[in-house]
Amino acid sequence: MASLKELKGRINSVTSTQKITKAKQMVAAAKLRKAQANAEAARPYAERMANVMASLAGKVSGKENAPKLLSGTGSDQVHLLVVANSDKGLCGAFNANIVKAALSTARELTAQGKTVQFYLIGRKGRAVIRRNYPKAIMAQFDTTEVREPGYAEAEKIAEELVKLYEDGKFDVAHLFYSKFRSALLQEPTEQQIIPAPAPEGGDTASQAAVEYEPDEEEILAELLPRYLKTQIFGALLENAASEQGASMTAMDNATRNAGELIQKLTIQYNRSRQAAITTELIEIIAGAEAL
Amino acid sequence: MALHFELVTPTKLVRTDDVYMVVVPGSEGEFGVLEGHAPVMSTITDGALKVYKTEGATPEEIRIQGGFAEVGDSGLTVLAEQVVD
Repeated sequence: MASLKELKGRINSVTSTQKITKAKQMVAAAKLRKAQANAEAARPYAERMANVMASLAGKVSGKENAPKLLSGTGSDQVHLLVVANSDKGLCGAFNANIVKAALSTARELTAQGKTVQFYLIGRKGRAVIRRNYPKAIMAQFDTTEVREPGYAEAEKIAEELVKLYEDGKFDVAHLFYSKFRSALLQEPTEQQIIPAPAPEGGDTASQAAVEYEPDEEEILAELLPRYLKTQIFGALLENAASEQGASMTAMDNATRNAGELIQKLTIQYNRSRQAAITTELIEIIAGAEAL
Repeated sequence: MALHFELVTPTKLVRTDDVYMVVVPGSEGEFGVLEGHAPVMSTITDGALKVYKTEGATPEEIRIQGGFAEVGDSGLTVLAEQVVD
């Protein structure tokens, strides 16, 4: 049986832990709202971009001189897995889920005899991937210095990826991030980004007479890197919202658990206090009777 | 008689409005878009979009960097990389 003083110390320590988790939960809730608004604000651009891509890709994809970013290098030996994680912890299984999805794809690809490389965004998840694939980390992108990843970061990442691609470092790139469904549900998602899969739903019939300035190929050559940026940017935003959502849920659970623990400890504390008083009384009474 | 005009950047929908005419800084020269313009898809250079709210009005200039302009049935959509204030 723990002494009264020990119990009191434990209650105090759990109470301060609860304060921290509660604060983190409220911060996450506030940030989540902002992250969600950001993600929504970026949607119109992404949608229109996808529309334009769809209508253009349909026209050019069949041709021989189609850009490599669209048609691929002709082989699919080296796969690059771009894994987007967060920089901070305290968000439940958020990072673990993304890493798990990436690793399972990596294992599948390795089983098929392909080479797997990693490109990591964010600080978390590096250790796990490094342990599993010590030599496969091609590059890392540091987001610790910016408060929230924005378009500038997406731009840099996309440029690096395009450069690596043009240098022939990989043939296919997959992007792993967490899709934001709700504050309670985030889905680890895999998406192929290079070569760019043609978006669906481009209605080619009504745009048959579109004039292109300059011609289709040149527009497409400019559009593809931008499309890549948009996709990465979208993924970063979804990730930011998911992180806050996951963090909020995890911290809510932690706060509740701490509450339960405090209750249990308090009951135990009161019982031992009572027991101590009873023993003291018995001693006094026994002493008085002995006289 | 109005042209539906939308200006979108990656971070947000900057403007959606019905205007009279917009002059777009296309990479092969500026072009004005009125209502009923034939479908065009063009890259744009860094420059100013001139938005004419009504006929003969003084144009409002929006400086943009890089991107695309698309004219379709639904009007003019400008996908700009960045809007400079």
